[in-house]
Amino acid sequence: MNELLLGLADDELVIGWRDSEWTGIAPMLEEDVAFSSIAQNEIGHARAVYELLADDADALAFDRPLDEYRCAPLVELRLLDWAHTIARRWLYEEADRIRIEALMEDADPAVAGLAAKIDREEAYHRMHAELWHERLRDEPRFRDAVADLWPYALGVLPPDQREQLAARVSLEIPSNNVLLGKERGSHTDELAELWNEMTTVRRSAPAGAQW
Amino acid sequence: MGPGRGAGGVNEVWEVFRQERRGQPFEHAGSVVAPDAEFAETWAREQYGRRGESVALWLVPRDAIHAVEHWADEFDLKYRRVDGYSIKVRLKEARERAAAGPR
Repeated sequence: MNELLLGLADDELVIGWRDSEWTGIAPMLEEDVAFSSIAQNEIGHARAVYELLADDADALAFDRPLDEYRCAPLVELRLLDWAHTIARRWLYEEADRIRIEALMEDADPAVAGLAAKIDREEAYHRMHAELWHERLRDEPRFRDAVADLWPYALGVLPPDQREQLAARVSLEIPSNNVLLGKERGSHTDELAELWNEMTTVRRSAPAGAQW
Repeated sequence: MGPGRGAGGVNEVWEVFRQERRGQPFEHAGSVVAPDAEFAETWAREQYGRRGESVALWLVPRDAIHAVEHWADEFDLKYRRVDGYSIKVRLKEARERAAAGPR
């Protein structure tokens, strides 16, 4: 199993779930619709990547034990305020862009093609995140949220892509001990709760739920 | 949602017109409340295009619309309408004549 692609798919699935927790309660009606739609797009990207990796995307998404998920701690966090939520969305899109651009050059045409297709939709997610970033970047609450989440954002990428991210967002890479527990490979306690909810239906109907 | 402050700016209403297929007329789809054209675009994209139901959108600030709402309608203008005047038979005859070729 391609660990890099599995990490990408798990990130997209989990951030899709986390962001859709705002459905119905986002600060503006229009943003509620847009944010929910973007969250669904991310889950759609996860499905497309799972389908590249296995015959049954649902089985890969929902039938694994918790410790086999490859998502980064950044996407696992349950964020209860808008400043942190938008800061994560912005940092995540910046990090995601770097790995997607690398995957667009992949030797496997199926991988490169899917990465390009994902990138075309992510362009609108980046536009959305960048608009919020432009508006909020001087607000103290947003700056604090970015500072809180920045080490986690670095943990989305392998070490060789982190300089590129730091340059893009104009932030300094902190020392390794700050990154401890925030990099891919570690999981937060919050993932367990999410996994439990995310897999409830699947586990309640092991033969496959019919809709 | 009414106009007010949001995302750090003053919101306004943007009317959204949606084109379903190339060449079709744009039809009023609804509106978004947004602080500027960029937010209006981002929100309208997701609200009126996320299911592939639009090939293009027009976003118009409501203030830019010159509305026409008043009419002098004291007189009976029904005589100007063509309801009840059927051209079906005449059209059929004209088509038959045309098909028969020039006289």
